[in-house]
Amino acid sequence: MAKTTAARGRDLDRGGLSDEQLVAMLRNMLLQRQLDNRGFQLNRQGKIPFALGSEGHEAVQAGAAMAFERGRDVLAPYYRDLGLALGVGMSPFEILSSLFARQTDRSMGRQFPNHYTNHDLGVMSISSIIAGHCTHAVGVAAAFKYRGESGRAVLCTTGEGATSQGEWHESVNYAAVHGLPIVFLVQNNEWAISTPQDMQMKVANVADKAPGYGLPGVVCDGFSPIATYRVMHEALERAHAGGGPTIVEAKCYRFLSHSTDDDDRTYRSRDAIEERRKLDPVPRFEQALIEAGVIDEALAKRLKQDVLRETNEATDAAEAQPYPTAESLYTNVVAGDYKPWQD
Amino acid sequence: MTATTQQQTGVTMTNVEAVRTTLHAALVRDDRVLVMGEDVGARGNVFLITKGFLEEFGPQRIIDTPLAEASIVGIAIGMAMEGLRPIAEIQFADFIYPAFNQIVGEAAKVRYRSNGDYTCPLVIRTPYGGGVRGALSHSVSIEALFYHVPGLTILAPSTPADIKGLLNAAIECPDPVLFLEHKKTYRSVKGEVPGGYYTIPIGKADVKKAGTQLSVVSYGYNLHQALDAANRLEGDGISVEVIDLRSIRPMDKGTILESVRKTRKLLIVHEDNKFGGIGAEISAMVAEEAFFELDAPIRRLAGPDVPAMGYALPLEEEFMTSTEEMVDAMRELARF
Repeated sequence: MAKTTAARGRDLDRGGLSDEQLVAMLRNMLLQRQLDNRGFQLNRQGKIPFALGSEGHEAVQAGAAMAFERGRDVLAPYYRDLGLALGVGMSPFEILSSLFARQTDRSMGRQFPNHYTNHDLGVMSISSIIAGHCTHAVGVAAAFKYRGESGRAVLCTTGEGATSQGEWHESVNYAAVHGLPIVFLVQNNEWAISTPQDMQMKVANVADKAPGYGLPGVVCDGFSPIATYRVMHEALERAHAGGGPTIVEAKCYRFLSHSTDDDDRTYRSRDAIEERRKLDPVPRFEQALIEAGVIDEALAKRLKQDVLRETNEATDAAEAQPYPTAESLYTNVVAGDYKPWQD
Repeated sequence: MTATTQQQTGVTMTNVEAVRTTLHAALVRDDRVLVMGEDVGARGNVFLITKGFLEEFGPQRIIDTPLAEASIVGIAIGMAMEGLRPIAEIQFADFIYPAFNQIVGEAAKVRYRSNGDYTCPLVIRTPYGGGVRGALSHSVSIEALFYHVPGLTILAPSTPADIKGLLNAAIECPDPVLFLEHKKTYRSVKGEVPGGYYTIPIGKADVKKAGTQLSVVSYGYNLHQALDAANRLEGDGISVEVIDLRSIRPMDKGTILESVRKTRKLLIVHEDNKFGGIGAEISAMVAEEAFFELDAPIRRLAGPDVPAMGYALPLEEEFMTSTEEMVDAMRELARF
């Protein structure tokens, strides 16, 4: 169904993506934005205790999710991966169930928001301890290689702050030594809560660390879903083909505070954020698709109405679900009936 | 189970041979089993437990990892979450601290935090304990640091037959297991090991010597000293029951209480520091459940409140509880 763009409007370097795929990425980005806002709104309304936003990460996550092969690849996400979770198949209802901590959440209301799990879709369960999951991602990639499952790879994501952790280093190093099928996607939004990038590392780019591991390191424009897709697709294809790991650094920005519990006015200026907002990837990509003739204004409007309706329906449906029972606190500690003292 | 390298008839072997032959059989039996750690390949592990494994099973299954304990455990967690049955080795228990986050923060919580969506059938083996001139960083006991953590299983068998049965159980266990092997028993303890495949249930203690006047609960190298002490006292007409805990988490309340209700006196012996050690939990449990059936205060013999045993012989000897101290304590308690 892919059409050439030459005949229509402004030229768009589409990275080999069809119209349907481009629209799917835009829809994903619009849905991310809507769900992000919803989380913060529900928190302000006193309906949920906490939310995390990924505003500014929409493009990198829509692009990376488009490169992800559903049913084959595994996602080892971090806590700012709403768009990736949606992009690999999780539903707004699952997201809202997690925000409301309802029984319909896969963790049954145990996990913090944005700490997803969905084994069926290949979304790994994570803790909040930064970069700990990178070692698990490497273990999955090692299992793929050990079982000879070529054509499968792991997408392991972090922010740039995570690359200060020893476990990130250990993970990248092990994956490099063993030539494992994994892509380390670093979403560099310049801030780890209040700590800026230049307090995390001496190098200008996370990708500059790659040669130290004997790996390719690539920087891409994380405000462009197509640019991110192109780099991620290439890196995942290399992994699928047995070509080993890649470090991909997508430059993006965190528009919101770290979470609903953070106040970023204490450590960064409004002006700096407004300056970056001018490059907001969501309206920019919408505009690019209109100018390229991939969509028209009417379709853009419909997409936005569509994701708002979907978000509203998911909000109502999730809110109507019961909390997990108090008794469920005691289940799934270990297999079977759990007690530390055996009679 | 397709093949077995073990004979059906029992053989006598040391603790270290029991670890080795059980690992070998697991590798033969199940191709989901991998062994990974520092120097487990060409070197065959620093105690030669995996000697020859690399040649027999290849570098895909016997993995010499980079020198990085956090990721030895972390990568094994990922393998386990993906359906393999990794056996990760921490070369000495003292080196497990860099992996603390992975064991406590990750492995122990994978099943719980995903509500069973993911599981972590992982075994972490590590040699622990002193009496081998290992100084501050090759002789510690680590069990108390981990037994506070729900989601973890901690095993510390002391005889070759128990090592085989419990290591097999650990490999079968669908949740993470910390498997502790006391270094001083590796070559000093020998025993008969039944042939063929078998498991010992996790969470079951074993009465290694029956007695009537006093119950002793111990594990590891101390267990063998306690047996020695109890046998010496037999000649003096003092009958001591010696319970080998074997499983530290979960712990066998039933066996301990049954014994204490019979003898009405309890001595707990472990090498790990006394303060906040395993003995504290056992004491509390017995006090809660059987206080009025006790004829004497519960007594504990355990490591002193110092960071670790020193390299110099007198420092090591001072730290370790001697068999003579056990004899004295048992005699006093029996007389009480």
